[in-house]
This record gives sequence, C-alpha cells and structure tokens, in this order.
Amino acid sequence: MDTPAINDLNICVATENGSGSASSNNILFKAIFKMGIPCSSKNMFPSNIQGLPTWYQIRASAEGYLSRKDVIDVMVMFNDATAAKDIYRVRDGGLILFDDSTPLPANLKRDGVQYIGFPANNLVTKLVPASPLRSKQRNMVYVGALAYLFGIDMEVIKAVLEDTFGKKPAVIESNLICIDSGFQYLKEKGASQTITRLQEIPNGNKGKIITEGNTAAAIGAIYGGASVICWYPITPSSSIAESMEYYLSRLRKPKNGKKTYAIVQAEDEIASVGMIVGAGWAGARSMTTTSGPGLSLMNESIGLAYYTEIPCVFFIVQRGGPSTGLPTRTQQADISLMYGASHGDTRHIILFPHDMSSTFDFARRSFDVADRFQTPVFVAIDLDLGMNLWSSEPFKLEKELFDFGKRLSAEQLEEWSKAGKKFRRYFDQDGDGIPYRTVPGNQHRLASYFTRGSGHDADAKYSEDENDYKYILDRLRKKHDTARKFVPKPIVEKEKGVKTGIICYGSSYEPVREARDRLKAAGLKTNHLLIRALPLAAEVRDFLAEHDTIYLVEQNRDGQMAAIIKDENPELGAKIVSVLVYNGLPVTAGAVVKQVFDAARTAKTA
Amino acid sequence: MAEAKHNRINLSEKDYEGAASTMCRGCGHDAISASIMRAYFDSSIDPHKVIKMSGIGCSSKTPAYFLSQSFGFNAVHGRMSAVATGANLANHTLLPLGVSGDGDTSAIGLGNFCHMMRRNVNITYIVANNGVYGLTKGQFSATADVGSVMKGGKVNDIPAIDLAELAITLGATYVSRSFSGDRKQLAPLIQGALSHKGSAILDVISPCVTFNNHEGSTKSLKYVKGHLDPIHDIDFIPTFEDIKADYDEGTDHEVTLHDGSHIVLHKLGKDYDPTNKAQAIMAIHAAIAEGKFLTGLIYYNPNRVDFATELDLCDTPLSDLTQDDLQPTAEQLEQINANFMK
Repeated sequence: MDTPAINDLNICVATENGSGSASSNNILFKAIFKMGIPCSSKNMFPSNIQGLPTWYQIRASAEGYLSRKDVIDVMVMFNDATAAKDIYRVRDGGLILFDDSTPLPANLKRDGVQYIGFPANNLVTKLVPASPLRSKQRNMVYVGALAYLFGIDMEVIKAVLEDTFGKKPAVIESNLICIDSGFQYLKEKGASQTITRLQEIPNGNKGKIITEGNTAAAIGAIYGGASVICWYPITPSSSIAESMEYYLSRLRKPKNGKKTYAIVQAEDEIASVGMIVGAGWAGARSMTTTSGPGLSLMNESIGLAYYTEIPCVFFIVQRGGPSTGLPTRTQQADISLMYGASHGDTRHIILFPHDMSSTFDFARRSFDVADRFQTPVFVAIDLDLGMNLWSSEPFKLEKELFDFGKRLSAEQLEEWSKAGKKFRRYFDQDGDGIPYRTVPGNQHRLASYFTRGSGHDADAKYSEDENDYKYILDRLRKKHDTARKFVPKPIVEKEKGVKTGIICYGSSYEPVREARDRLKAAGLKTNHLLIRALPLAAEVRDFLAEHDTIYLVEQNRDGQMAAIIKDENPELGAKIVSVLVYNGLPVTAGAVVKQVFDAARTAKTA
Repeated sequence: MAEAKHNRINLSEKDYEGAASTMCRGCGHDAISASIMRAYFDSSIDPHKVIKMSGIGCSSKTPAYFLSQSFGFNAVHGRMSAVATGANLANHTLLPLGVSGDGDTSAIGLGNFCHMMRRNVNITYIVANNGVYGLTKGQFSATADVGSVMKGGKVNDIPAIDLAELAITLGATYVSRSFSGDRKQLAPLIQGALSHKGSAILDVISPCVTFNNHEGSTKSLKYVKGHLDPIHDIDFIPTFEDIKADYDEGTDHEVTLHDGSHIVLHKLGKDYDPTNKAQAIMAIHAAIAEGKFLTGLIYYNPNRVDFATELDLCDTPLSDLTQDDLQPTAEQLEQINANFMK
C-alpha cells in the first residue's frame, strides 16, 4: 500500500446550486484552515438561482500553493446531472464519494479509482424531521465523511460551526448531527483510503485571514473615505456594494447622529456613473462597482469625467465576455476597455491588486489617486479574486493622510489672490499636467467655473479653438505620464543571470508563483514581474530589456496587456510571448507550465 | 445715473447675469433665462449656493447665460438628472437648478429623469420644451404632439410624452407647466420651486423660432399663445413679506412652501386644489382633449421628504468631511481581521 501524502489534497464537490452545499463547503474549507494547513477554495458556480451544476474545489497544499489545482484527487459526486462526466474528472488512483442510498448505476463505474459510498439520503431522512431543510442537510453528511477519511477532528468541525452559527445553537446542533452521522458511518464501516492525511500544523495559519476580494475591496473603500456609492446590481460585483452597506453601518461613526455616506442603488449603470461623476465634481469621494456589461454602458460618462477632470473610482470585477458571456466565471478581458474607456483619446489609471491585502490597500488608495490626478481610477479585480475565499495576510492600514490633491479652499484662493496668482481651472500651473480645482460650495468670489464636456480652454471657457483644444489633450497626456511614477510599482523578483522572465497581473499571480517553482524544478529558471498598475512604470521596460524571452500570462484571448506593453515599447515587444488562459476558470499552474514549455519547444525547433 | 436696484442680500440684477446668449434671436429659451434671473434676484438667493446643471441641447447651453457666479456643469446628453443627483448627495446644502430640453429629458434621458423624481431629489428642474431637436436641425422630439408638422412637412403620429403628467405619476412633489413668454406666471413658479425641497419640475413650453415655428406646428409661438389654459394667476410671497396683502379669502388658494414662503393661487375658473393628485392628472387630460396647454402649479405635495433627508445624510456636506470623519480606526480593522481569522 502507498504511504499517504500529508496535507496535499484537492477535493471537488459536485452539487446543484441552491442545494445548500455552499454552507457545507464553507465549513469544510474553514476546518482545514483551522488546522493550520495552507488551503484555498474555488467556487465554479452557474448564473442561476437553483438547479444547475456547481463545483467547489478545496485544495490543501503542504507547499502553500493557493491557486486552483488542475488535478482532482477526490470527487464528491452529489449531482446526478453531471456524474457521468464528473467520474472522469478525478485522477487515476483518486477517490469518488457517492450517496449509496440507491445503488450506483453501471454507467457511473470506472476503473482506476476507489469508490466509497455512504447513505447520505437515508441518514438525513432518519435524523432530520421532514422539512425544506432536509435536502440541504444531506450535504452536511459528506462533510462528516470527508472529515473521517482525511482526518479532520470533529472538535475542529464543531468549532467552525460555532464560529459560523454562534448565536444559533439549534442550527449548530442539527448540522453537527448530520456531519457526525457521515463520520460515524464510515468509521463503523472501517472505510479507509490512502491518498492523503490532513495533519494539524500548530499555528500554521496564525495571523492569516479568510476573506474574498469583494469584501476586501468594500472595507478598503470605506477606509479610503468613500462617501457616495452608486451602483447597479451585476454579478460578480454586487457584493462589494452590499458589503459596503453592511460595514459602513458598523464602521463609520455617525456625525451628529446622521450618516456620513450615501449608498444608492441606481436604475442602471448609466445612472450610477452619472451620479458618481456629479458627486466627484461636487467634492465627495465617489465610487461605483460593476462588471463588463455595466462598464460598457458607463463609457460615455467616463469620458466626461476624464475630459472635465473629475475624480471618481470604478471597482470592476471582471467576468467572461463579450456580451452577457459567462457572468459567473472569471476573466481579465476588460483591460483594453478600462484603459481606453470612452470615445476620443483617453488613457486611464488602473490598479491591479493580486491578493486580499493588496485589494484592501488599493481600494483605500484609489481615492487618493483619483483626487490627486482628478480623473477616473479603476480598481481591476476579477471574479476569482472577488468572489472566492482566499486565505491571506491580514489587512494592514498604512498611516497615511488622505491626499485630496490640488483642491483649493476659499482661504487658499484668497492667498493666491493676494499673491497675484490666478486660479485657472484647466491650466498646467505646476508643469506636471495636473491643474488645480475648486469644488461647489466654495464661497470665494473667484472659485466658481463652468464645467463642460464640450471643448474648453485653460480657463474652463467654451472654446472650439484648435490651440485651446490641443492644449487640454496634451496636458491630459502629460498628467497620465506623471501618474506613471505615482501608481503602485511592479513587484520584481529576479536573480542575476536569468534570461527568461514572466509577467503577470491580478489573480494570475498565485498560479504563476507555483508555475515558476515547477518550471525551476524542470530546469527553467525564471524572473518575475507583477504589474500592479497602468500606466506602466519604467520598471516594466527595464524588465523587458533585461530578458531574452518574456512570458506574459493573462486571462483573455487577445493578449490585451501584451498589446499595451508592445504599443508603448515597440522595440522590445517582440520578446513577449503571450500565455493566455481564458476558459473562464481560475488559472492553474499546470496550464501556465504547459504553455511555457510548448512555446519554448516551438521556439527551439523554429 | 440711477442707483441699481439691490435685493435683500445686497446684490444687483447684474450679479445674476451670465455670458451673452448664443441662442437664435427670439428663442423662447432666452425668455426662460430672463425669468430665472428674475426669480433668483427676487428671492435673494446667493449665486454661490446654486449649482447649475444641464445635459446637451440648446436649452442645456443656457446655464452659461445666467448666474455666472454659480458653479455650472454642462454634462452629457440625457444624464443631467443622474449627475445632479450625485452632486446633491455630495453637498445637499447647495441648490441645484437643472435646465434641460425635451430631447434631453423625454427621450435619451427619460429613464434617469423618472428615477430622479421617484427619489424626490431636491432640484428645480426646468424643461425648455419645444417639441423639436434644435442643435441637430429640426427632428421631432418625444414631446411632439400627434398631428404636429415638421418643417419639411412630415407629420408626427406617435403620442407625446406629457412631462407634467409623468412627473406627477412618478413622485415629483412640485409640478408645474408654463410658457416661456409668460414671465408673470413663470417667474413666481420658479421662485416657488426654489423654496420647495424636493423634485420641482417645470415643463415650460418654449417655442423654437428656427425649426418649429411654422404653420402646422403645435409648439409654434402663435399656436401656443392661442392655446394656453392657465388654472390660476400666481403670486409668490417670500418669507419676508406678508401674505395677507395679496390674498382673497373667498377665491384664493394658498400653498405654504418648505422654507416658509407662500404661493397664492388666484382662482380663474373652477376650484382647483393642487394637492389632489387624481384631479391634477384629470385636469391635464381634460386640457389635452381640448388641444390646450394647462399651465400653473398643477401639483404640489408638501409631505414627502427629499432624497438627502430620506438617506439621513449628516448636516455637513459629504464633500466637506475629513479623514477623521471618514476613516474608521486601526483598532476596528484589527477587529475585522480577528473576525476573519475564525
């Protein structure tokens, strides 16, 4: 018999959505986390309320890899509709768990895997009084079965239930009964398996948090001072606004008993963007949340904010496009749309967090960047970051003062006026492309100006003059260039002498980290650059120059980031080889490794 | 030289003026601008407290032609309602004045307009309604009446959107209709709107002298003048004046506005109670059936709070909040982290 591995396991739970499995999977994931084992979860769910197939993968990794694993060790086969395919998703030598309340149909038998059955349906029918809850409780039985098979202590499960349902002892009790029934059933049966054992690592996850990117973004935005939040429901971004509503009411102290924020569910994305542009113009820290289709609708007013130089923040949680596409699957396919949003010459600032703590941090800082540059700022997340639970370093609050940028108060205007300095709304006073602004409510006689999306001169007067028009366009370009030095710099990991580089951004970071280890083990050492913002910092060009071949990993079909980098670095662009993963599922290290090797082989034979 | 007339905050009429208008000579919109300046002057409103909001179209250009000391925002086509909503949330102490056209409001911007009224956003929203797209040279708008003829001879056969009726139905709390040429009615209606806290909609028929002033048009100067159907004569009585001076117990109807000022409606024909929603809608339809424009204060609801109040926003404008107001503490973040460790 093989010796079981330790803490190396990838479980896939196949169920129907709306069947209550989310709760069971959560408990399982948190139990493994509580044991101190590095672990991650990936929820692959349908755009539907009830009855369509959904898969939830939980990975425990002794080596600490948190990306989706491409090899499934264990399949919990709880969805008849997908079972015939699910049995082949398991690796050879893997394990299939199934409900043997009814006999396993012949077509669901295959060679090379171990089957373990337990009568989840029968157990639940016996233990739970007839109720709508009963079918949901069935999913708790597999939690117990898995706990027994892989060595999760029931005390740990109990502790997770208490963390989760603290104030509802009856719920804890009824779940525990079902979980325990699965555990005891396999124990009495003497079931065994040889794949892996989960072993507690004392303090293994000490100091780590479990959260999802949308929650991290919501809390970050609150710490960044968001006060006008206008949004329209769209998967996978809605939970940012909903989390904000929850946390704002708990975190923000009232002012004279009243609220310091407005959250408005708008009638559409065209309205939500209009509202945040109006709010940003009037001086509030304003933001919206949306995904691809909403971003498409917002384009016109994004151009308005860009041209009239109004700060506002867009949290974009990317999903599969074009059109409705795959609303519940992940993608990084809105990079071009964000970078050049709206008609005419535009270039926008985009921040790319890659984990939970940077999502919090960039969400907070985005408001400073928007105020500093008086322009729309995008925080680009994707569904994998936004809606999956990640174990992560905790959120950290940097002690920084809010940067409201070049916003003149009535007092400052008076000083300017006394010094003979003139306030000119769209004039490049400091040579950095960033003008000064005042906001409505400023009572100074020289404060007001007329904002317009039509042609204007440096003094905000209507103008169709060719020189006035070009002046503003060129200054906006200059402002964008100033931002290169201001936005978060890339993170570079490099060793001397290594001539192969990998570039990625956002949720690709974790699979690329794992892929680089695998490539190294296979003899290919790589350096790495993580892009954290657009416009591109100078470090990107240096990295291109220093390497012979650069693999650029991104989650879209057309290599959208590659196009931007090539456009700005035409003489170095030929070195870039795109590694594109765009099937809608979270990137795996295996996919990256395969494409890198394929490309390297093609290059050699060419 | 005679001393210029000053109002109660010691500003002259000049202080309410703007840049020279670029409208066509004789355009109804210029008359609306004149009534706006008159209303703000007479109500002694500080221009620094006003934000002028507009979309795209001839009418949306006009905010540059009055109240030059106010901040203004000429946004994109059809989105003024949304932009004004956001500005109102950011600073609810400012007084938004929206100026829009029938294309901007009833066609491209209809959705946003409807939802602004549903929310009862505090705004004085003037639609300069001429039934035609001027800047793009004469296409029908969604307020063009059935049977109205375009300059080239094309007849409109799609029913018009009645903005006043829509406003009443969707939750606006001050709804009126007037005619650009009737400053005696329009100026007090604007003053009333400025004293009202909530969505005040003024559908102002404002003939386009260039593209919609011909025979067969139902929004030509001549046609409109001949088909006005005022419900009442209107006087605006500011807080600092005594209402009794101009009030007849027997036939007048008095409306008390949110800031304590009054509108006195002098009965012309039938009894009319503007707080009666059903009656208001019926009156609009009765006038339409007769081919007339019902004008005056058609509907008024003093009982609904405006959006910022509904949202329970703090007295300090959100735009003036500091880091201390906005950023929770490091200790609170530690607590969140601790909760996420479970």
